[in-house]
Amino acid sequence: MNARTGTEGQAVEVLHLRKSYGDTVAVDDVSFAVAEGEIFGLLGPNGAGKTTTIECALGFRSSDSGSVRVMGLNPAEDAEQLHLIVGAQLQASALPGLLKVGEILGLYRSFYPHPADAAELVRVLGLAGKLKKYYISLSGGQKQRLSIALALIGQPKIAMLDEMTTGLDPQARRDTWDLVEGVRDRGATIVLVTHYMEEAERLCDRVALIDRGRVVAIGTPAGLAQRACGGQRVRFVPSRAFPDCLLTELPEVRAVEQHGQQVVVTGAQDLVNAVILTLARVGITAGDVQVESATLEDAFLQLTGRHLHNGGTVTRP
Amino acid sequence: MSVRSSLLPAGTPRAAFWMVVLNESRIARRMPLGLLVGVVLPTVVLVIIGSEAKNRVHLKVLGGLTTFNAYVPIFLAMVIAALAFYGLPIPLAIYRDQGILRRLSATPVPPAWVLAAQLVLNASFAVAEVILLLVVAMTGFGIAAPRSVGGLVLALSLTIAGVFAIGLWVSAIARQRTAGILAAVCFFPLMFFAGLFLPRAEMPRPLLDVSNLTPLGAAVQAIQSALLSGFPPIAPLLVLPVYAVVFSVLAVRFFRWE
Repeated sequence: MNARTGTEGQAVEVLHLRKSYGDTVAVDDVSFAVAEGEIFGLLGPNGAGKTTTIECALGFRSSDSGSVRVMGLNPAEDAEQLHLIVGAQLQASALPGLLKVGEILGLYRSFYPHPADAAELVRVLGLAGKLKKYYISLSGGQKQRLSIALALIGQPKIAMLDEMTTGLDPQARRDTWDLVEGVRDRGATIVLVTHYMEEAERLCDRVALIDRGRVVAIGTPAGLAQRACGGQRVRFVPSRAFPDCLLTELPEVRAVEQHGQQVVVTGAQDLVNAVILTLARVGITAGDVQVESATLEDAFLQLTGRHLHNGGTVTRP
Repeated sequence: MSVRSSLLPAGTPRAAFWMVVLNESRIARRMPLGLLVGVVLPTVVLVIIGSEAKNRVHLKVLGGLTTFNAYVPIFLAMVIAALAFYGLPIPLAIYRDQGILRRLSATPVPPAWVLAAQLVLNASFAVAEVILLLVVAMTGFGIAAPRSVGGLVLALSLTIAGVFAIGLWVSAIARQRTAGILAAVCFFPLMFFAGLFLPRAEMPRPLLDVSNLTPLGAAVQAIQSALLSGFPPIAPLLVLPVYAVVFSVLAVRFFRWE
């Protein structure tokens, strides 16, 4: 084993990583560190450079400049040692179509000195009834679940999962999130690439927002949302009209917009109490109240001026 | 992708290699292109040729050999060529294009193990089929025992080395949609020089000279003399290793994992 040169307690360290393909800069300048036992997310739109970053961390590609250490190893030089302790789920990869699910699991299980209990993985991922099916006959979601099983079958110290829940139905997605949390609970570190905001908010301890090959911000999902957008957004229909200044003079309120009957107030985390109390004092009741907390999507929009989903509109109401 | 430094990664269980071989053999059984072209077809055709009485008449144009006699070494070469050109590259091209080698690159198993497993598997098929053909020819059609068993083993081993090296090179450059074409482009011209369509005994001198320098021509030359006369001449035993070395180097140089 090579001497560990990384910082103690850091599972992954990426410093000023840069990688281009010809004229296209895939990763411009990416730095982040993942602590051992953490679930860390790389969140950004398609083409942001997330997959290239992961490929450099797996030793698939060498960087143009900057450094990557994974469990103290240099992925470009120590790929074999690295792959004993890192489980990967990759995009643009496949398995032999004429092997059965059970055969593939047995094959990949034989690659590792201390493999996981395949029966348990198969049960949690809902593949138990599919062991005798040929890979070629699996649905997209079943293939995806098998590839998650293979990423975890070596009992990895780190699992790098690239768009793991793409193509899964909502129930399978929630089961997969529970599985990943279970893997972390037994001490593994998880690096998650995703463009699903819900997945990052639900699962990640910390998130790096990535856009156009650069890290825009790093923090907890709630912290990032808070930092970028303040706290809450409150929508309601007042019992009668009132001047904006009634609310704008409150310290908690940042902005008031009136859309026809509906009023939208944005501001700090404890916004809703302040608004309703103030209105009550002048005899106005607020009907149809909806409270929204700021999301990572809001944070991403605020920080980059772009939506997470390319060309799309904000998916939240 | 970085080239793997070693075929023997320290921490990977060795048993994994035999699991790779086992699963490659399952795939070969389920998609038996190499087995059909390399094992079933030559056996059936040799039996058909041997069953015709006129093919067992000694002919002056074949230097006193029967047609069947002349075809035994050609079929031995063909078995090896079919497995090397069809059995080996087609699965590997599929694995590369579909991202199967890419997935494997993220495990402790070097993707070169798949290549090695395919070599082991197809070479085993070749050896088994060579033995089967010789047994069929000797017991079913009265071919005499080889005059030089050592010479025959050497000739067949060098043929496997030389022709499989070319197959590896095809594997290195073939894509999924070009593998079949490349296999045919190698297989049929080389089989022509082996005498499949015009036995070497009937080839005009300049053609025979070219044939002696081709891998399958040299193979037939060496195998035929080991079967009928004695230890093979030195020339084909030198030609075949040259192909083995040159194409192994080319294969390693040009192999792409994705």
